[in-house]
Formats: sequence, C-alpha cells, structure tokens
Amino acid sequence: MSLEFWIVQTFNGLSYGALLFLLASGLSLIFGVMRVVNLAHGSYFLLGGYVALSVIWKTKSFPLALLCGSLAIALVGVGMERLFLRRLAGQTLGQVLMTVGFALIFQDLALLIWGGDPYSLPLPSWLQGVVTAGALRFPKYRIFIMALATVIGAVLWLALDRTRVGAMIRAAVDDAEMAQGVGIRVPTVSLGVFALGALLAALGGGIGGGFLGVYPGLDFEILPYAFVVVIVGGLGSLPGAMVGSLLVGLLDNFGKALFPELAYFTLFAPMALILALRPTGLFGRT
Amino acid sequence: MRDRRGIIIGIVAIVVAAAVAPVLSAYPLTLLTQVAIVAVLAMSLDVLLGYTGLPSLGHAAYFGVAAYAVGILATDYQRGFLVCLLVGLVLATLTAAMFGLLAIRATGTYFLMITLALGMVVWGLAFRWVSMTKGDNGIAGVPRPDLGLPWNLGAPLPFFYFVLAAALLAWALLGLLVRSPFGLTLMGIRESESRMRALGYNVWLHKYLAFIISGAFAGFAGVFWAYYNGFVSPVDVQLVTSVETLLMVALGGPGTLAGPALGAALIVFLKNFVSVYTKRWLLILGAVYIGVILFAPRGVLGAFRRKP
Repeated sequence: MSLEFWIVQTFNGLSYGALLFLLASGLSLIFGVMRVVNLAHGSYFLLGGYVALSVIWKTKSFPLALLCGSLAIALVGVGMERLFLRRLAGQTLGQVLMTVGFALIFQDLALLIWGGDPYSLPLPSWLQGVVTAGALRFPKYRIFIMALATVIGAVLWLALDRTRVGAMIRAAVDDAEMAQGVGIRVPTVSLGVFALGALLAALGGGIGGGFLGVYPGLDFEILPYAFVVVIVGGLGSLPGAMVGSLLVGLLDNFGKALFPELAYFTLFAPMALILALRPTGLFGRT
Repeated sequence: MRDRRGIIIGIVAIVVAAAVAPVLSAYPLTLLTQVAIVAVLAMSLDVLLGYTGLPSLGHAAYFGVAAYAVGILATDYQRGFLVCLLVGLVLATLTAAMFGLLAIRATGTYFLMITLALGMVVWGLAFRWVSMTKGDNGIAGVPRPDLGLPWNLGAPLPFFYFVLAAALLAWALLGLLVRSPFGLTLMGIRESESRMRALGYNVWLHKYLAFIISGAFAGFAGVFWAYYNGFVSPVDVQLVTSVETLLMVALGGPGTLAGPALGAALIVFLKNFVSVYTKRWLLILGAVYIGVILFAPRGVLGAFRRKP
C-alpha cells in the first residue's frame, strides 16, 4: 500500500462522507424533532436525482437542476408530513410501514417515469476534470461536493446554534411538550424540519447523480448508509451526523478498496463497537 | 377466548387446504406452498413484534442466511436434507445470537434502525461476496430434497404436504412457546419492562432469548424457501422482504400467531394476483401499506379483538 493509495482513498472517502452528510443530517433532524424513522428518505435522494436529471436535460443548467430537484422533493416531504405522518405521532411501527409504503410507491413511479436505465448527471464544464498535485489527481467534482457540504454544514450549525428558529428547533428536539408549552408551534417546526430534511436529501441525490449515478434501487441502497451514520453519530445531533458521515464515508471507501467482497460488512464492526460502548451513538443523549 | 378462535381458524384453514390440495392445479398449489413457508416467517417475527414488542426490521437476514446455507450446501456440496436443515438452522440461530447482542441493548426506534442496518449487512454480503453467494445472479438449481420416502418431493403435491407439515410443526412449537411461562413473561415485558424488572425478571435475557428463537424459526422458514424456490438471491435478504414480513404481522394482527399467518396468506395472494394483471404491483403494495396503517392499524384479527 503506497502513500498515494492512502491519500486518494482518504480523499474519496471524505467526499463520499460529504455526500452522506447531506442525506443523513436531514434524517437525523427529522428524527430528533418528530421521532419519525423515515424509510422514504432514500427515495427523496433518488427522486431528487431524477428531477435534477430531467431539469438539466431541458435547461442544461446544473445549479437550476439541483435547485428544482431539492424544492420539488421538499414539497413532496411537506405533503407526506401534513397529510399522513402527522396523524401517526408516537406510533413507531405505523410510521415505518407508512414510509415504506411511500418508498415503494416512489420507486415504482420513478421506474414508470424515468425507466430502468442508469443515468449520470451531466456536469458543467467548470466541474469536469481534475486538479493535479504532484503525481496525485483529484476530480474537481469531488472537491466541489466537499466544499458544498462544508458550507451547508456550517450554515446549518449556525442556524441551529445562533438563530431564534434554531433555538426553537433545539427546544422541540429536547422536549416537544415543554416547547409547545412555552408557545413554540411544534407542528410548524416539525413541518419545516421535515421539508428541510427532504430538501437536503434531494440535493444530495442531485449531487450524487454526478458520480454515483441515478438508477433504480439506489434508494434502498443508500438508505442503510444514512441509518448507520445516524446510529453512529447519535439521533437528532448535527455534529453527530457530521462526524458519523465522515467516519462512514471513510470506512466504506477503505472497506471497498481493501475487501471488495465485504461491502457493508466493513461498516458492521465499527457500528457494533460504537453501539457496545455508547448505545446512543457518539453524540446522542439518553 | 381469542386464542381458541385463532387456533380453530388456523386448523380449519390447514384442513381445508390439505383436503382441496389434490384437486388443485400446479399454480394454486405453488401459491399455497409459498403461503405455508411465509406464514412461518411471519409467525417467527410475531414472537418479537407481537409478543415482546420489539419491531425488527432485519428479519429477512435469518431467513436469508438459512436459505443461502441450503442453496450452497445443496448445489456445490450436494448435501442431503438433514444436513442442510441443521446447518441452516444453526447459522440462522448464530446470526440472531450475534445480532441480538447489539440490538437488544436498544429500544424502540433505535432497535428498528439497528436491526435494519444489521439486516443490510447480510444483504451486502449476499450481494458482494460473489465467490460464496454468486452475487446478484443468485444460486440457481437448488434440487428438491430427497428423503428416501415413497413420494417424490419434486412434484408439487407431495412437496406441499411436506411444507405444510413443517409449517404445522413450527406453528405448534411457537404456540406452545407463547403460552408457556416464558411466553407470558415476554408479554409482561411488552406491557411494562420496568414492572417486570421490578418483579425480578431478567428482562435482557428474556428479550435476547426471544430474539434468538425468532431468528431460528425465520431460518426454519428460510430452509424450506430455498427448496421451494430452487433459487436463492439477494432479494431474499433485502430490506423490502423484512418490511413485507412486518406488514404481514401488522396486517394480520400482532400477538396472535394465526393473524400473521393470515396476513402472510393475504399478501402472497395479493402480490401474485396483482402481478398477473399489472406490472405496477409495487404501487399497489405501497398503497396497501398505507391503507393498512390508516384503516386497520391493529390488523385484521386485531380489529375484532377487544383491547386488553
């Protein structure tokens, strides 16, 4: 194993982790506020990718594609939360089956609309190519993903930590009943957080379309990664989602490079270890 | 009272199925065989979900591990039924024992997520460990078992009776289990963990044993599934299979054994009939999920059941 191997794999792992952060931070926040395990979260990722694909085919604009994909799926999330999930508050099994039902419907609709062929999101010229540093070559697109995820992570953190709305969300995460009691509109907060989570996942799907591609089955393939991130990092915790994403991105990448036949399995041992030591995840609270 | 009703309905269903089987053509007979196997899987999950109150999202793992064990042993190594059954059961039980150590520490939503992730680990192995599992292609050509009996189990009718007998055995064992003091303790844990702990029960151990037993019976179903299908692939261990089992239990009524078996029958028939008429059966299945939760949240049998 040369030094080059470690640098390149670390770079790839971090950029995959950056993508996972977009997916998992929303899942974690949704869980934190609403205690909903959203199994349709991978579907938001997939649909976000597909919508972005359609928009870029029509308009040739990469930013517009990401924007439209994210907003469209945020609307889908709003509809699901308002019309279906809200009435199942506190019913874990009901929520799971309901969100799976939606995931199946989304999967089939996507197949109906976009067909079964795998696609790749065409990248604008300024994101194509590589940056060379000595003998090493880093794809520009992956650098862009890391930069974007860093910016989004920073904005989310500042918004949660420093603004009035962020304080309301944190209050709702800590104790929804008390938050309601002091006059915070928890249902509105929930709706907003759910929409935000769907938006981030769809944005991840659009961006991921540039290097993972967009194809049927991606939804259920990516979902477990988001779950592992949230399990490792701790439910409802943004720093947890950040650290968890990077950890999972790195582990997955090195696992695939070193033991190609044991994908997923390489995530298992660290997850087991963390659960054994800290059952609520690295940043979770009991 | 409702216990007895479930048993009577179940026995009547089995007797009727066994009686009409000889006059059925191959296709409905295949479906009935499938129902019998999947019913065992659903009942095994009910031990966890219905009786212990632990919603597992990775139940296909134990089912799949056993199915893969049979698939590999029966094709590459040409082992007989008893070896396959034994190895399948042992591997499923060991997998459950290993996963249970991690999952049982968690409750509620955490339990769900951990079992989902653990189930996906098995899926990942099935999908990527190509030298062992043949990956996405799956293991084809699993021969029907030869027990040295006068009936050829390759034919649909004898195989149906064979599977029906196995399912009956599993139902009887699970029925005894949930009515035993152990089963009653599980129900106590479901209702109030803290109270059972205060009464001096080892809650962790009871949950852990329930987890392992549940996995073992799922493996039992998986053994017959491999023989029934003649084919084992990552589809058998994927998340959707786990969730479908969960739906069967929820649809039939958790905590009734007969209910999940009924749920299994409903879903198997629905899937097969709908897929005859339309390619869009996932859409319809998705709508069924949502409909069950909105309109029959306590399951078909549960809808008639008075609240305890």
